[in-house]
Amino acid sequence: MLLEVDKLEVAYGDYQVVWGVSLNVDAGESVALLGPNGSGKSTVVNTISGLIRAKAGAITFGGTSLVGQPTHARAPLGIAHVLERRRVFPHLTVLQNLQLGAWHPTAKAARAETLERVYRLFPRLGERSAQLARTLSGGEQQMLALGRGLMALPRLLMVDEPFLGLAPQVMEQMKGVFETLKGEGMAILFIEQNVRVALSMSSRGYVLESGRLAIHGPSQELLASPDLRRIFVGG
Amino acid sequence: MSKEFIIQAIVSGVLMGLIYALVAVGLSLIFGLMEIVNFAHGEFLMWAMYASFWFWVLGLDPLFALPLVAALLGLAGLLVHYGIIRRLLTAPMLAQVCGTFGLAVAMRAAAQYLWTPDFRTITNPLIAGRVQIGPIFIGQPQLVAGAVCLLAFVLLWLFVTRTETGLALQATAQDRQAAAVMGIPTERMSALGWAIGLGCVGVAGTMLSTFFYVFPDVGASFAPLAFVAVALGGFGSILGSLVAGVLIGLVESLGGLLIDPSYKTLIVFGLYLAVVLVRPMGLFGRF
Repeated sequence: MLLEVDKLEVAYGDYQVVWGVSLNVDAGESVALLGPNGSGKSTVVNTISGLIRAKAGAITFGGTSLVGQPTHARAPLGIAHVLERRRVFPHLTVLQNLQLGAWHPTAKAARAETLERVYRLFPRLGERSAQLARTLSGGEQQMLALGRGLMALPRLLMVDEPFLGLAPQVMEQMKGVFETLKGEGMAILFIEQNVRVALSMSSRGYVLESGRLAIHGPSQELLASPDLRRIFVGG
Repeated sequence: MSKEFIIQAIVSGVLMGLIYALVAVGLSLIFGLMEIVNFAHGEFLMWAMYASFWFWVLGLDPLFALPLVAALLGLAGLLVHYGIIRRLLTAPMLAQVCGTFGLAVAMRAAAQYLWTPDFRTITNPLIAGRVQIGPIFIGQPQLVAGAVCLLAFVLLWLFVTRTETGLALQATAQDRQAAAVMGIPTERMSALGWAIGLGCVGVAGTMLSTFFYVFPDVGASFAPLAFVAVALGGFGSILGSLVAGVLIGLVESLGGLLIDPSYKTLIVFGLYLAVVLVRPMGLFGRF
């Protein structure tokens, strides 16, 4: 197993938001982490990334325990996290954003090749390489955020709401890129509110409800599950 | 008022402004990286001036002591970061303010205790006297100080914009979490920011000590100007600190000449108020 999260508990001060969540992602597998707004999806991935400290539970990646390790120790292990809302470096150029994405030595050594690959996936980024990131459109910023994550040569890509606010055309392009990455054997964890899109791109899914794991299983089964409708639509 | 007086005021204003700019850029760098205001910035300047003075007492001219003082202050920056600031990052804002403010009080008190409130001066430095260019006279220490500070500024700018570590420093300032998930050690970047920021203060303090009195309260007359320069130039903007620092030097010296020397600080703060009323983010601000 590539990523294993076991009985994770997370609290902001006295306010606990994640209760005993366990999930795993195998090498080369695409998994969706679903749930309505405020269900704790982002908290779970942010804890995997070490941006938030876990209260209890275990997180291991490729057999290495991540608990207590600083955030920056994850990229060299092969985890890339594309944060919610793009979070590009606004006052740096597209190229500088991408270059910084390849920070750890292995990624740095392959920087030129990876850059070419990212430009092939997103030709738009190549055209705008000298532009400041803040002058890009929302869709282009999402491409940059993803491209920057790929620069680190991840084995596991965690993407938080990658389709939020995208124009239909850009969304299709993004889906195509994810399919390409899956084809190359990259494991992807989609954090999504858009159930249909996320499950169509993944083989399994986990659904959170108020910080607890409500249901999980193969994507096809989840799509047919009445619980899914209850959680997202209510009633 | 003769033309010579005005040119004279402009030249000395710019030279002084370059020193303000170098002090201010350190403050701006530290704030940009961790949103912590270093209220002890002026006291570090004072300590840098004392360091330069004591090196001179030991027989080392400020020009040669310059790299030593800059390195010492850089080291102090690391100590402050790891010893104090790191513990305050998650603390309430009031605790953060008290942290660096308390440090300022302690440093000033320590200077009084160790070195008495006496005014000290470095006499007969290697570079002394004045040069005459046409009708105007420039003190050589001021001229060299301005040039050294400008050079330090250019080096800093090249480092931040042209090197990989410098870009990582900018990335950390722009989005700390995004930088961290990419593998950039943001904590070390903050420490580096403190080291560089106070290193700049070390350079400015050494150069200042060649023509200015050294005494425990000397930081109090420079720190407010640095704060104004940072706010005027825009928090987090390196170029903004340079422009604002020089502008403040100019306003101070021209205002002093054209209106009244005793009003010069008032004019600087008046300018500051005017700018923040019209453009609250400062001239080059991003926040």
